[in-house]
Amino acid sequence: MSNGGISKDKLIQMYTTMVKIRQFEDRVYLLFLQGEMPGTIHLYQGQEAVAAGVCANLRKEDLITSTHRPHGHAIAKGVSIKSLMAELFARKTGCCKAKGGSMHVGDMDVGMLPAIAIVGGGIPVATGLALGCKMMHTDKVVVSFFGDGASNTGAFHEGINMGAIWNLPIVYVCENNLYGASTHISKVMKIKNVADRATSYGIPGIAVDGNDVFSVYDAAKEAVSRAREGKGPTLLECKTYRRGGHSRSDSHRYRPKEEEEVWLAKDPIPRAKDKLIEMGVLTVERAKEIEDQTKREITEAIDYAQKSPFPKPEDTLLNVFS
Amino acid sequence: MRKLSMAEAIREAIKEEMRKDERVFCIGEDIGIKGGWGGAFGVTQGLSDEFGHKRILDTPISEAGIAGVAIGAAIMGMRPIADVEYGDFIFIAMDQLINNGAKLRYLSAEKIKVPMVMRVPVGTSGRGTQHAQSLESFFAHVPGLKVVCPSTPYDAKGMLKTAIRDDNLVMFFEHKLLYGAKGRKETIDVSMEVPKEEYLIPLGKADIKREGKDVTVIGLLRTVHTALSAAKELEKEGIETEVLDLRSLVPLDEETILQSVKKTGRVVVVQEDTPFGGWGAEITSLIAEKALDYLDAPPKRVAPPPTPVPFAPIMENYYVPNEEDIIRAVKEVIS
Repeated sequence: MSNGGISKDKLIQMYTTMVKIRQFEDRVYLLFLQGEMPGTIHLYQGQEAVAAGVCANLRKEDLITSTHRPHGHAIAKGVSIKSLMAELFARKTGCCKAKGGSMHVGDMDVGMLPAIAIVGGGIPVATGLALGCKMMHTDKVVVSFFGDGASNTGAFHEGINMGAIWNLPIVYVCENNLYGASTHISKVMKIKNVADRATSYGIPGIAVDGNDVFSVYDAAKEAVSRAREGKGPTLLECKTYRRGGHSRSDSHRYRPKEEEEVWLAKDPIPRAKDKLIEMGVLTVERAKEIEDQTKREITEAIDYAQKSPFPKPEDTLLNVFS
Repeated sequence: MRKLSMAEAIREAIKEEMRKDERVFCIGEDIGIKGGWGGAFGVTQGLSDEFGHKRILDTPISEAGIAGVAIGAAIMGMRPIADVEYGDFIFIAMDQLINNGAKLRYLSAEKIKVPMVMRVPVGTSGRGTQHAQSLESFFAHVPGLKVVCPSTPYDAKGMLKTAIRDDNLVMFFEHKLLYGAKGRKETIDVSMEVPKEEYLIPLGKADIKREGKDVTVIGLLRTVHTALSAAKELEKEGIETEVLDLRSLVPLDEETILQSVKKTGRVVVVQEDTPFGGWGAEITSLIAEKALDYLDAPPKRVAPPPTPVPFAPIMENYYVPNEEDIIRAVKEVIS
């Protein structure tokens, strides 16, 4: 079977990223339930193919913005798992030095802005990053991740319109997981695809199966190339589903069981694994190795985080102004 | 020396900084359109002829977009000067400015800087309630934003140049009646000699616009001029008024405020911003905490009533603090 033009290394890298995100989130969920972590969490299980498939097309110096559900994006963009875990544990060694927490993880050293937890709020900023990239004559590309809910905000409209009129090097990636908190998309949007909204801005709008990392990768590859070549933005809608609730305390009773069953059966990770094995890129043994290695890494990260110092109370006062 | 209006002084500051640093650019509505206005108050007139439309960037009517895009560009290392036509429109951009602009440095533990200026025309000018508000207190309330409120062309030029070079998000408030637009009778002429030679004024330094020993009147933007003309009237009655122009709320020049109050023992704060939780309350609170023993009378605030800004000139005049209001307040703290 053909690799669809994707190198073997890239395929393994995407798969490993997905496994890493899943395991990270599963462990974090347990730690929260055990009361080991403060705050709240919005977990990414089920949507791994989006972060992994999109970010596999990015360079380290490219930039992303994220949302209140940012762990997957952070891992896929290369934020270190240790610094992520430490941030969730509110330690000084966290990627935001414990000023951010779960909803604001990010690290500019690897091109991820601290995540913006206001729905839609990151879209204009991402557009500005892209304007900066263009004005400074770089060939960097920006990806703005947001959910279906964000596509009903004014910031979505204002930001994407500006990106479109100025042909900015940006890809707007909508992860449509069907629910804004507990509200189904069909109650708040009268059209079928968020991607159709691209027509309003005169840019391409593509909807793909967001649980198929190969489809996501291919669509993102084209969108990122367009952006890098100066041809302007794309609105890429990835249709997906979160395996859990909106946040820590959400038991998602508003979702029909039948709907959940359909989507849970489309889990992106086993799908990718089966396909990669079929393609001869992956073996069952190699997959097990990846899982075990990832498990060790995450255990190390938890250990690192738990042994890291807390910030001093008065660190509150730092970094307000330069 | 040549005289400049407020608008001309601001334009000159922008020009000088844009010539010096190619990262500086302007972004806003109707700022560079050929045959257009150069912004709602003509400040950016002619700039697109010199700098082109890539650096005088006209936008859709998208205030949240303008603010958010400027923040993003600033993070990338550009130094945007963003512009809203009327301050009242900035409420649409509040999420961007407050949740992103003021916080991303903090969240990133300073891996990010947001070196931008947001220019905001404020104050009443006969245009009714949604083109009239004073907004400086809203922003002074938000940690992470600098808040600058110049009253003269000289100060505006020197402080805007500093603001453009500052690595923080600076909210730069301009009072609409001070721009010096010709032909509008309500405009206050504040044109003055402004040096051609480069000068900078630091943010966070108040300025004594008139010295006096009997009472300190504290203002910013337009109220400095109201206070100065009240001071002339009071002089006729033998009252020597010190007029202290704060020039910036964040950072705040506590030292100059306290020095002046300790000297005069009496203080009146004059704001066009609404009274409840306004900056005047902050200043009187500061004085109460740090200079109470020096006071010969309780500090007094002069502010508009707690109402929206009305349209009818007769009501707008009632709303805005005027010379008589200040004179009355001064006499109350002196008696």
